[in-house]
Amino acid sequence: MLLTHGGEPLRTAAPVVRWTVEQVLALAPDEASRKAGGRLGSAGPWSGAGCDASGSVWGLCKGSGSKPYRTVVDTTGPAYKCSCPSRKFPCKHALGLLLLWASDEAALGPAEVPDWAGEWLDGRRSRAPQKTDRAGDGTVGAGTGSADPAAARRRAERRAERITGGAQELEQRLTDLLRGGLAATDQSGYGLWEETAARMVDAQAPGLAGRVRELGAIPASGPGWPVRLLEECALLHLLDTAWLGIARLPEPLAATVRTRVGLTASADGPPVRDHWLVLAQYDTPDGKIVTRRIWLYGRDSGRTALLLSFGAAGRSPGQALPVGVSIDAELTPYRGAGQLRAELGGQFGAPVPTGTPPPGSTTTAAVAAYGRALREDPWLESWPVTLRAVIPVPSGDGWQLVDPADDTALPVAPSALSRPGLWKLVAISGGAPVTVFGECGHRGFDPLAAWADSCDDGAAETVPLI
Amino acid sequence: MPATEPMPGTTTAWEELVTSALLGTDRRPLPAGAAPGPITLLDEAALHTVRRRAGLRPATAAARPGTAPADPRPPLPPAARRRLAQLLADRSAPSGGGGRRGTAPDLTELIPQWLAAADRRGFRAPASLLPPLLDAARARTDLRPQALAFAGPRGLWLAGLNPEWKFALRGSPGSALLPDVTDDDAVHRLWEEGLFAERVALLGAVRAHDPGGALALLTSTWSTERAEDRLMFLDSLRAGLSAADEPFLEQALSDRSRNVRATAAELLSALPESALAGRMAARASSCVNPDLTVGAAAVAVEAPHECDAAMQRDGVVAVPPSGRGERSWWLGQLVEATPLSVWPARFGGRTAQEIVALPVADGWGEELRAAWCRAAVRQRDPEWARALLGAASLPPSNGPGTASLAERSKLLATLPGAERAAWVADFVAAHGLSEAFQLLGVCPVPWAAPLGRSVVDALDIARDAGSYPWSFSGVMGLAERCLNPAEAGRLEVLTTTPDEPEDASPGAAGYWSEAFRRLVSTLRLRAVMDEELGAETA
Repeated sequence: MLLTHGGEPLRTAAPVVRWTVEQVLALAPDEASRKAGGRLGSAGPWSGAGCDASGSVWGLCKGSGSKPYRTVVDTTGPAYKCSCPSRKFPCKHALGLLLLWASDEAALGPAEVPDWAGEWLDGRRSRAPQKTDRAGDGTVGAGTGSADPAAARRRAERRAERITGGAQELEQRLTDLLRGGLAATDQSGYGLWEETAARMVDAQAPGLAGRVRELGAIPASGPGWPVRLLEECALLHLLDTAWLGIARLPEPLAATVRTRVGLTASADGPPVRDHWLVLAQYDTPDGKIVTRRIWLYGRDSGRTALLLSFGAAGRSPGQALPVGVSIDAELTPYRGAGQLRAELGGQFGAPVPTGTPPPGSTTTAAVAAYGRALREDPWLESWPVTLRAVIPVPSGDGWQLVDPADDTALPVAPSALSRPGLWKLVAISGGAPVTVFGECGHRGFDPLAAWADSCDDGAAETVPLI
Repeated sequence: MPATEPMPGTTTAWEELVTSALLGTDRRPLPAGAAPGPITLLDEAALHTVRRRAGLRPATAAARPGTAPADPRPPLPPAARRRLAQLLADRSAPSGGGGRRGTAPDLTELIPQWLAAADRRGFRAPASLLPPLLDAARARTDLRPQALAFAGPRGLWLAGLNPEWKFALRGSPGSALLPDVTDDDAVHRLWEEGLFAERVALLGAVRAHDPGGALALLTSTWSTERAEDRLMFLDSLRAGLSAADEPFLEQALSDRSRNVRATAAELLSALPESALAGRMAARASSCVNPDLTVGAAAVAVEAPHECDAAMQRDGVVAVPPSGRGERSWWLGQLVEATPLSVWPARFGGRTAQEIVALPVADGWGEELRAAWCRAAVRQRDPEWARALLGAASLPPSNGPGTASLAERSKLLATLPGAERAAWVADFVAAHGLSEAFQLLGVCPVPWAAPLGRSVVDALDIARDAGSYPWSFSGVMGLAERCLNPAEAGRLEVLTTTPDEPEDASPGAAGYWSEAFRRLVSTLRLRAVMDEELGAETA
């Protein structure tokens, strides 16, 4: 959490940004690695360990064999290399090394890069710019192997046809449902929806499948479920209809519809270079895949951007950025109206800590911003906003964020109520106004990061709430 | 969205749609004017849904809780703060299966140390770490006093908002929930209406501020309290006990409850000037005398022949536990409650040490010295404690006072810290570690250099003897927490794996090397932690 070195003069010009322990632990692919990494997170087993200002960390770890394992991490990626035979990624040695780095400045201080680590680091960094070029040159397409544009187009057409078939089938299901009444779904249960979702997967429309699966959970979601079910059915119907009439939609909206249906777009907007403040990073499990969301705010452009990455089969998503640092980097936005998703391109220099939150808005402005964003994308659940000077206040079974200036409030989203982050927010507020970044939507406000307004704990700090 | 409000004017139509959707358009077609059928319903519903969401407005604010009281303590240095985050994160990680502990330090064991050091230096807890800190204190009662002191007023404020942290509000003196002790009205109101735990906490807080005021508070309701409560309240007078409490205690000697009477007598006997102490001294003096038949170089004992009503009123328990003789039972109680200052005068100006060394006639010696031990502990008399402990190098069974380690550690606790450590160091050097555990526990931390050296030498001897380290795991654990971190360097030589001696337990050398490596790495970590908290390394 605290990423500054206080008032100490640093030995290098650019500060080495140490991650927090939580950040390191978030990289662990599973609980066992987390535990094993924790045991290696002290100075004991390590020798020749060091780090440098460019964000590289390395060390030799004594294992059971005669030769110690060589572990190197490039924290700007992050990318890992270890000579151990583990198939976990990152392995326990990389985790232990990062934990040591995060917690013990004395044991792991600035040093010269040893040759064995330098080779890999140099190789990595010389490759990095090429990758940036590839992302930046604006080529569209399905990636490698699309040598034959005609074949690619035929494939795309076939897929569109299948999705159209799926959308029509789904429409049929929805009209049948409403003809018979939602009250009946209470009994018909989950199976009905699972089957429909499977049909949408067959139709190669993962976006539709996901929404259908969520419908299945609503009848068990407590009081008021018929209203929620009707809302979601209606929005699903809206998406079907939009897909079926996509030819008549303006292109930005059509791009949004394609994304919502589940067609992967490519990041090919004009790249934006800025100092991006990392506001939040969190994972949501979805079946076997874990989705990681990282929210960024551009200091100069004032843009908010979302990085998505995915981890499957026991791997945590590869991308990780420490909350509260600012990176000088290029982002390439995805197409689609109101689309905030972007891809991280080239980075220029190591991340630096910063405690300055984005300029905040009032509660009224926050819901208005969500309302405006719905014009571009009516399927939007929430919109990222920073609330200025709000106080967390208990209200009934839940919590509110109250704007003391005009006594208006946003309810805290139900999903946030059971998270420990809520109590962190209350603790740093202490009943006084704080600045909070989060996702504001029709379910309420989901707080993701906070800054104490009267910050006398040294440097201002970004406190992650998730 | 429950608490924000939709635009006015759209609700009625929306409710119509929901009703139709619930019952089905076959049974309940849409209201007149609309085209029939489910498609129309879905179109309308989509429009309404997006419009409702787009038109959301903030809700009305609920009543705000008060703000957390200010905490003037300085914030932690950044490195110490990262360390705390790590300690608390490690605590919440599920613990792995059993097995050997390996060479890495056990972070959970270091939390109490870390908190004590942070409290000693007067740092304020970082607000964002208060939730895990309170969770830790909830799970481990032994952490509570330190964790709550560190959490400070903001921690208590936070605990007031979460029922899971209610424990923090109970019985923490000076807690935000106790009224200002100078606010008489508030104090009296809580004393009259509070829960038992709150009243105990209140009494303690008032006692610390104004002992007389606390006594007056207690007197005001004494006769209406239940016996168990009277006992607990009486017990809280132990802190700050003074001659001013004597009249009240004297009166409590006639209490209905036997336990209350006994506690009152015990407290009075800890006041050497009290009338009860005088009465006990008179009784004890008639029983324990210089043995005139051998010229005052011995102690003659004539145990009491009866336990009269006056003795019983003064707290002497008449009926001995089974297996003990009545007369020695009574004698023990009399001597235990007699001020130790009585004895030098009775024995020709001899010092405590000289008196303890006198032979005792008729086999009463053990009984008499055991009673003196209890008296020395009760009256916190270091001179007598020293005399009764004797030289640490003497085998416990031949010592002047008591062979019981529990009683010895109580006697030790009355000595100044440095002297305590030196005594235990000599004891370990003479007798090894097997009996030292309890005694080590009362030594000040970090251990003084001679004590640390004695313990490490004794561990080294145990290793050479070829036994397994887990026979000493208790002492090892203590050493990890209590050895001065500066000793780490000296210990390094012990971490190597030596050749196994012929008669050693198989594999023991390897395990010892592992145990010493863990000891060294724990000490190193503690040194780092101290540095992070801004200590000149101890």
